[in-house]
Amino acid sequence: MQMSEKDVAALVKEISGSDVKKCMKCGKCSATCPAYGEMRFHPHQFVAMVARGRVEELLKDPTVTRCLSCFACVERCPRGVEPANVVAAIRVLAEREQEGNNFSPADVPKLLSQDPEIPQQALVSAFRKYRK
Amino acid sequence: MQPGVVFAQDYQYMCSEAGQNIIKDAIKTHGLTGVVVCSCSPRMHEATFRKAAAQAGLNPFMVEIANIREHCSWIHKDKEEGTEKACVLMRAAVAKVTLNAPLKAGESKVVKRALVIGGGIAGIQTALDIADAGFPVDIVEKNATIGGRMAQLDKTFPTLDCSSCILTPKMVEAKANENIRLITYAEVEEVSGFVGSFKAKIRKKARFVKEDVCTGCGVCMSKCPSKKGLNEFNMGLNNRSAIYIPFAQAIPNVAVIDKEQCIKLKTGKCGLCQKVCTAGAIDYTQQDEFIEEEYGAIVMATGFRPIDASKFDEYSYSTCKDVVTSLELERIMNAAGPTGGVLLRPSDGKHPHSIVFIQCVGSRDVSGRGKPYCSKICCMYTAKHAMLIRDKYPDVEVHVFYIDVRTPGKNFDEFYRRAAEQYDVDYIKGQVGKVYEENGQLVVRGVDLISNEQIVLNADMVVLATAIEPDPTARKVANMLTASIDTNDFITEAHPKLRPVESPTAGIFLSGVCQGPKDIPETVSQAGAAASKVIGLLAKDKLTTNPCVAHSDELLCNGCSCCEKVCPYSAISYETKLINDHGVKETRRVAMVNEALCQGCGACTVVCPSGAMDLKGFSNKQIMAEVDAICL
Repeated sequence: MQMSEKDVAALVKEISGSDVKKCMKCGKCSATCPAYGEMRFHPHQFVAMVARGRVEELLKDPTVTRCLSCFACVERCPRGVEPANVVAAIRVLAEREQEGNNFSPADVPKLLSQDPEIPQQALVSAFRKYRK
Repeated sequence: MQPGVVFAQDYQYMCSEAGQNIIKDAIKTHGLTGVVVCSCSPRMHEATFRKAAAQAGLNPFMVEIANIREHCSWIHKDKEEGTEKACVLMRAAVAKVTLNAPLKAGESKVVKRALVIGGGIAGIQTALDIADAGFPVDIVEKNATIGGRMAQLDKTFPTLDCSSCILTPKMVEAKANENIRLITYAEVEEVSGFVGSFKAKIRKKARFVKEDVCTGCGVCMSKCPSKKGLNEFNMGLNNRSAIYIPFAQAIPNVAVIDKEQCIKLKTGKCGLCQKVCTAGAIDYTQQDEFIEEEYGAIVMATGFRPIDASKFDEYSYSTCKDVVTSLELERIMNAAGPTGGVLLRPSDGKHPHSIVFIQCVGSRDVSGRGKPYCSKICCMYTAKHAMLIRDKYPDVEVHVFYIDVRTPGKNFDEFYRRAAEQYDVDYIKGQVGKVYEENGQLVVRGVDLISNEQIVLNADMVVLATAIEPDPTARKVANMLTASIDTNDFITEAHPKLRPVESPTAGIFLSGVCQGPKDIPETVSQAGAAASKVIGLLAKDKLTTNPCVAHSDELLCNGCSCCEKVCPYSAISYETKLINDHGVKETRRVAMVNEALCQGCGACTVVCPSGAMDLKGFSNKQIMAEVDAICL
């Protein structure tokens, strides 16, 4: 059964373990993000859009892989929102949709050939979630 | 050196103790008869230097200040020109001081009774504190009961305690305190006099109910056939009878007849309330009464009201019943309100499922429709409303549109975050452009600036956090007291930081929102501060008066009354008396100055065509000497 956008947003919150309601919209995460210029949506927008249940656009956005998973936003967020985890969750769900949740180390070369610039961290965090 | 100057000295901090000692020593060593200090504004340290001079045996009014800081160095960029101007200012002060005459301050009495105008929480707290110190105090309240705005509130932030539960004990205390006299349903009509000795005329409006006889049983209210008066206490959300007690905990608990609604007073027929009143308290012939009283100090506590939300008609306040103001919601949420405390929307009495709050309605608005200032309390009461609704009715979706959330105050930000995080209130950064009705459905169109998109929401109710403004009576009262007001009609403080509860007019004090937007805790602390200033004044037996007052030369006065007309303090009167002009005796009408009333503004000296009026300490001769020193 197709999940509604709201349900997917709830799943993002669950996977990320992030309480997006804690966000007070200060923008520290985006101010600190080294990949800001490479991403269509910025960390604070991820948090705000997930909070409002608007995840479809985020899931479709290829630049979501540009997040370096450097966790600077998590370190510096004054409210403990953990934006990088939200980005990671979006990425995971996007991958799941594309690859039917069958991501394995063997797929890495193919992924790299699709997008040679895919950040190492993206691959590492993908391994972390899907090595089963 | 300038003519007349025998000693000059440069020192960096003349106001320091060492600097003052230099002045004292110079006065003694050189036998100085006048001192000029070239320094900052006399508003800063004139008193310091006068005191130092007095300690060295010189009359303190023989000290002049040349303001070479605020009037010179701070405002001029060109150093050379600035220095030249500083020298000129010094020359003017020297020219003036050579014409100074020793002056002696007089004394005036202090009437040991205070007047508090306004019986809200600010006025009540001020009165209680003054009364506690043992001074009698009158509260004049224009409404039929004390309590003010706070009585209308349901809960108070950030503790969420019931507003009337914490207010009514104070109201009861105000009534019970033998030092406090409550004059309700009354307005101050006239004030004359000056600090320590004001005279006020208070109009006690006719209640048509004998205050000392009415028991507050309320039978008259239930029998009254005229029930179309808008219930002011409930912000007009329901009706009340023509004879009414504003609310159950009203003090005094005495009925009042609304003469616009009463059938008996309008047509002469009815008289039902008189028939059912077992106490015999109804008196249709009652007239307004006047009370005249003397006071040593007056406190303004005239409070506020929300602005008219229909000025912002993009929110459809005047056309949609379900668009309400926050104060209206306060009444809807209150157990004694029109819905008995059940959240029901005004249009059809149904339970709402989605409520949109709009903050900054008319605040921070310089377009002329609203107010340029932040109303300060709206962020917190909106968080309170949102939280209370989510707590009591978890099925209701609550959205809040905001520009900024401003929550300075102890436990305030934590409170707002609790609304957002624990109660799942949806805070949207952005404003609402339009609220409209479409097929019987309220639609809110706003913007979410974070996701950068326009948002269209269906709402069952819209709540407007309307700006607050000073009560319209504030301007009238301020004029009566010659207390200055700012462009927003808030009363000006004597000093915004260092004298925040005093008006520049001596003897007038400020309490509560009449001075600027503030919440209950701040109001209560300011009320206490105002009371302590009043107590400090009333504790004195005598006040020293400013000796720099006007006086008229009877020989020169032509009796034209120009000075009398311009005097803002009513300090000048005319007297017909026998004048002996160098042996020529004639009876003439001449100006007399009441030195206790005169504030030394000098307006009279400027208008006097014959040069009879002069100001001690700032005589025409002295001013001309200063002008000469600058121009010649």
